[in-house]
Amino acid sequence: MANNVLVLAEHFQGHVTDITFELLGKARELAPALGGSVGVALLGHDVGGLVSALGAAAVVYAADRPELREFTPDAYAAVLGIAVAHASPRVVLLGSTSVGLDLLSLLSARVNLPCIDNCTAIKFQDGGLVATSQIYGGKVFAEVLLTQRTTLIAVASGMFPAEAGRVSGKPQVVQIPHALVAPEPQTSFRRWIEPPPGDVDITKIPILVAVGRGIQSADNVPRAEALAEVLGGAVCGSRPVIDQAWLPKTRQVGKSGMTVKPKLYLALGVSGAPEHVEGMRGAELIVAINQDPQAPIFSVAHYGVVADLFDILPLLTAEIKTRQG
Amino acid sequence: MNIAVLAKQVPDLVEGVEIDASGKAVDPTSIRYILSEPDDHALEEALLLKERTQARVEVFSLELGEVRDTLCTALAKGADRVVMVRTGLDTPPDNHTAAKMFASLLRGLAFDLVLTGVRAIDDLDGSLGGLLAGYLSLPYVGLIRKVEISSDGGTVVVEKEYPGGYAAELEVRLPAVLGIQAAEQPPRYVPVSRLRQVMKTGTVEEQMASPTPAEPVGVERLFKPEEGAGAAMLSGSPDEVARQSVNLLSERRLLR
Amino acid sequence: MPLEAPTREVFPQFGLGSELAFYFLAFLAVLVFLTGIYLRVRKYRRGRAAHRFNRLGSRLLHALQIVARNATLTRNDLYAGLGHLAIMWGFIVLFLGTAVLTIDYDVVRPIHSAWRFWKGDFYLWYSLVLDLFGVVLLVGLAMMAVRRWFFRLPQLDYKRTDAQAEKYDRGLYIWDDWVFLGLLFFVTLTGFLAEGLRIAQQWPAYERVWSPVGWATASFLARVGLSPGFAQAAHLYVWWTHAILALGLVGYIPYSKAFHVVVDFFNLVFHNEDAARCLPAPSPDAPSAGYERLGDFTWKELLSLDACTRCGRCHVACPIQTSGMGFSPRDLVLDLREYADALAVASRARMDQQRVKSNGRKVLFGAQVAAIDGLRVAGGLIKAPALWACSTCMACMDICPVGVEHVPMIVQLRRALVSQGEMDERLQEALTNLTRYGNSFGQSERKRSVWTQGLDFKPKDARKEPVEWLWYLGEYACYHPALQGMTRQLARVLHAAEVDYGILYEAERNSGNDARRAGEEGLFELLREKNTATLQKARFNNLFTTDPHVYNTLKNEYPELNHGRHLVRHYTELLADLFARGRLKVTHKLPYRVTYHDPCYLGRYNGVYDAPRTVLKALGVELKEMPRSHRDSFCCGGGGGRIWMEEIGEAQARPSESRVREAAALDGVQAVVVTCPKDYVMFADAVKTTGLEGRLVIKDLTELVAEAVGLDSLAAASPPAQRTAA
Repeated sequence: MANNVLVLAEHFQGHVTDITFELLGKARELAPALGGSVGVALLGHDVGGLVSALGAAAVVYAADRPELREFTPDAYAAVLGIAVAHASPRVVLLGSTSVGLDLLSLLSARVNLPCIDNCTAIKFQDGGLVATSQIYGGKVFAEVLLTQRTTLIAVASGMFPAEAGRVSGKPQVVQIPHALVAPEPQTSFRRWIEPPPGDVDITKIPILVAVGRGIQSADNVPRAEALAEVLGGAVCGSRPVIDQAWLPKTRQVGKSGMTVKPKLYLALGVSGAPEHVEGMRGAELIVAINQDPQAPIFSVAHYGVVADLFDILPLLTAEIKTRQG
Repeated sequence: MNIAVLAKQVPDLVEGVEIDASGKAVDPTSIRYILSEPDDHALEEALLLKERTQARVEVFSLELGEVRDTLCTALAKGADRVVMVRTGLDTPPDNHTAAKMFASLLRGLAFDLVLTGVRAIDDLDGSLGGLLAGYLSLPYVGLIRKVEISSDGGTVVVEKEYPGGYAAELEVRLPAVLGIQAAEQPPRYVPVSRLRQVMKTGTVEEQMASPTPAEPVGVERLFKPEEGAGAAMLSGSPDEVARQSVNLLSERRLLR
Repeated sequence: MPLEAPTREVFPQFGLGSELAFYFLAFLAVLVFLTGIYLRVRKYRRGRAAHRFNRLGSRLLHALQIVARNATLTRNDLYAGLGHLAIMWGFIVLFLGTAVLTIDYDVVRPIHSAWRFWKGDFYLWYSLVLDLFGVVLLVGLAMMAVRRWFFRLPQLDYKRTDAQAEKYDRGLYIWDDWVFLGLLFFVTLTGFLAEGLRIAQQWPAYERVWSPVGWATASFLARVGLSPGFAQAAHLYVWWTHAILALGLVGYIPYSKAFHVVVDFFNLVFHNEDAARCLPAPSPDAPSAGYERLGDFTWKELLSLDACTRCGRCHVACPIQTSGMGFSPRDLVLDLREYADALAVASRARMDQQRVKSNGRKVLFGAQVAAIDGLRVAGGLIKAPALWACSTCMACMDICPVGVEHVPMIVQLRRALVSQGEMDERLQEALTNLTRYGNSFGQSERKRSVWTQGLDFKPKDARKEPVEWLWYLGEYACYHPALQGMTRQLARVLHAAEVDYGILYEAERNSGNDARRAGEEGLFELLREKNTATLQKARFNNLFTTDPHVYNTLKNEYPELNHGRHLVRHYTELLADLFARGRLKVTHKLPYRVTYHDPCYLGRYNGVYDAPRTVLKALGVELKEMPRSHRDSFCCGGGGGRIWMEEIGEAQARPSESRVREAAALDGVQAVVVTCPKDYVMFADAVKTTGLEGRLVIKDLTELVAEAVGLDSLAAASPPAQRTAA
């Protein structure tokens, strides 16, 4: 009977990533109510050392093989499929990440299990499990009632608290058996492409001034930089700004950029699309300035101003300079 | 080298999306459809590959909204053949159903590469590309930003995006399905005059999808988030607002 | 043969050999001249048809009077204008003099020598007039030489200001200028010298009065010790020098700057005043939209390339060039001309072989040509960024003394760029939005009349009920958050004045003016079709708009609209009329000192200068004009689709920034009054980036009118919260 919760562990450069802990925390909440336990699938090579970080789980389903050193969708999907068969979970939780998204759909079709994407909440309702997903750029939420079959769910980053899953321990390790018929690897990893070096790490900076489309051109970025400077912070941007090369890729905040949790996130001309919000919703204080009163950023910001950022920006910079003496 | 592009029409968020009376689906009359942006990138990447390798590009799209305009645009951009696929369903199918339809359509056709957008704004049950690859037992990689076909046409080398500016270079054996995040250059422009000409003289083929039992996703309820419930709004003249903001920062000890 | 006095020997004591030699040289010179003309005309004939022969009579008259008065030259540069008038008339008179002499000697004399007229009183007056005009010519030449050498004028600086500056050596242009000037000068000088030497032999008494300059020259020579015998010998040499120089000049004309004396008149004849107001539709048989090869240009355009005299007026008038944004209308014309000349000389095969020379030098009319990307004009010869930099303000065309039509050529080249998809992403996005949503903001058509929320009345819907005036708002007035308040103000002002007006609500689309100027002709046609259909169904008598760009295209490029005989007006014209008739009354005279910026598409394009000023006068403000006003108004840099494109050029040097600084330099001026939404947006931004906030404020005329008639209680500052249907 499927009543366990299986989480796919993600790791990067020798560390378990936050999304894993977020999912483990949620799994710890769901599993008891389902009458099952938490399992976590750990795939990779020489990843034994990560097991102790996964104490939130009762069982670690491990596959430690050279060919799994780096993520390739087909190999991982094959192994994960076997793990799912052994773990008999009610739900499989994956991150809505570069790894999780590929696996979600591939696996769903291969082993014929339903799947749900863009999940922001999972709860019990009327005796069943309901997953809430965000679609249409964050404008609409959908509540989906899970069927009785094992369901794969991809969860957006930052939806559940990571602390709930950060438990050290000694879970039982079960080796995932090899497939009876091992298919030829169709996809092979060649190398990592690193981002250009020499720039600041915005994940480590406590004050961020973010610019979005509203900054209008590369020439206006220095004005944001001036503000960042008086605040002692750095400038970052949403995807459109990076796509136009007004800021380097290392400054991108969002789903395909960095996730940041600064003390202050000052969003100038940022509309607040979900892909961006995913990268900054954890900030302690979010202040947004946007000309559009209906910009989605105002749903996630703590304070908002509907104004032309070019009106406010110089005044802010000047006022801060005065205050700081 | 034959490349298939799967293009999907999605609601245009500029026009907004309304939920219908049942509360379980969007109101189709409120919607104006537009080509899903990642699919536009998939088409662009396919056309770039065509320019480099003399590949053949065919575009398939389920019948929905102004799909003819989209397919004619693809022709005007340089696609070799465009096909509108009739589903015979009342409502747009979910991704599992659509993937099964395309799987039966493409199975047995000699496509080396299938490109589609890695996601669409109305994806609820996974992405079309991954599902299609699963049903066809083909390799799949998503979040692609660059595709290079090997000289012997047997493999492709792709760059897969990761957060923080990282990317992984992977080699994939063909035939394969790829989920495109962004093409190597922005989707090309089609002058209106050329588009109008193609709409007059171009051919959009039609095909019937094989009947596919749909197991719809059990949507219980659709709802919109409360507007502006988040932020406490500051108001007043720019001077006042600036002062209020700085007060905020000062209270939180964020000023140096 | 004895001569009846007064007259003179045409060929002074020439033997038959000498005369024959002269005629042979003359024949050669004329042959060289005609060959040059032939080559030029052959070059023009390679172009397409231009349909410029309509109303030929009035075209000829119009051109004649412009040329006669040098009106286009004295404008803005009186010194150059007068100098050129002197040179031109001096040259014309002396040329006619030679023609008259030739007719008498070579035509009449062989037929019936008794009919010869070049003698007696006729000869005396002839002599006097030529002497005087010879002096006039010399004075003009001297003025120009001084101007060229000492004045250090920016328009005579041939250095390129775009990215290709280092690769170009324009020394040959300067050489050509001075050779032309020098030739004319020495031809005239040797002419006087010959005259003086001639007189210094026989000293005919009548010459003292009737050839005063010659007499003075002779006297001077005598004073420095010239004997009649020496004079006789020297005269021959000087005569031959004069003859050779003069014949050389004749031969030189078609191959040099001197050609302008032939071609400029014709360029003015075939010039269309409305060439920029009403751009040409693509010809139905053209293989592609826009100009890709030189053969796509019309013969009139190829002719106008030769008409350019490198005077540099367009170069210094261009707001893009003066802001260092990498484009100059002068260099566009010169690049095209050099290329056309090179093609005219070389066959296509030779052109292909002439790839990049090591330093990529370009030479006048000729031999070496820098590599041109597959003979592509748009994007190859003329780089795409340069073509996109133009704001289509028309300052170049307006100031050009010889009728070169820069803007249509730029638009045609842009059409080719659009066809090739070679444009920046922001422009591509704007055009895509225009195609899909009918506005460049990328907003739903359904939101076009959201601005009306906040009015306490509902403007009439011209789609449903007849109205006197249709108000065609334009997308900026409807969608731009900073402008919606002003749109409401105007709506209320007109409502209070009981003007019977209506709007099109969601049926209004972008008029297409800027899409057309951005080279997307297909999009323009699509928009025009849609709008014409809407306008034909709506019921109205006349039409007014707040946007000069809309004004220009509805007035000049929507033939079906105007065949319906609707008046197209700008809102300032409407307001001026309302004040004049007392339907609007000023209750508070405004105590401000302001300046007014003439929008390009209202002023220079369509000649509306007075209406806004009339309104300002009625409001009681003190108007102080900027140095560059009326026709010389300096573009904000937002036209021609530029407002949709990536901002280029150095910060602080942009046209809008230069313009607000110009306004701020006026003593005590508090506000710049604008009557175009793009001006408002560009200048409001420029005031911030130049740090002039507090010194200068940008006001639309609507705001001042609203204040003066007591309607300013609902401030335009922030539009009320919008609850939309989406």
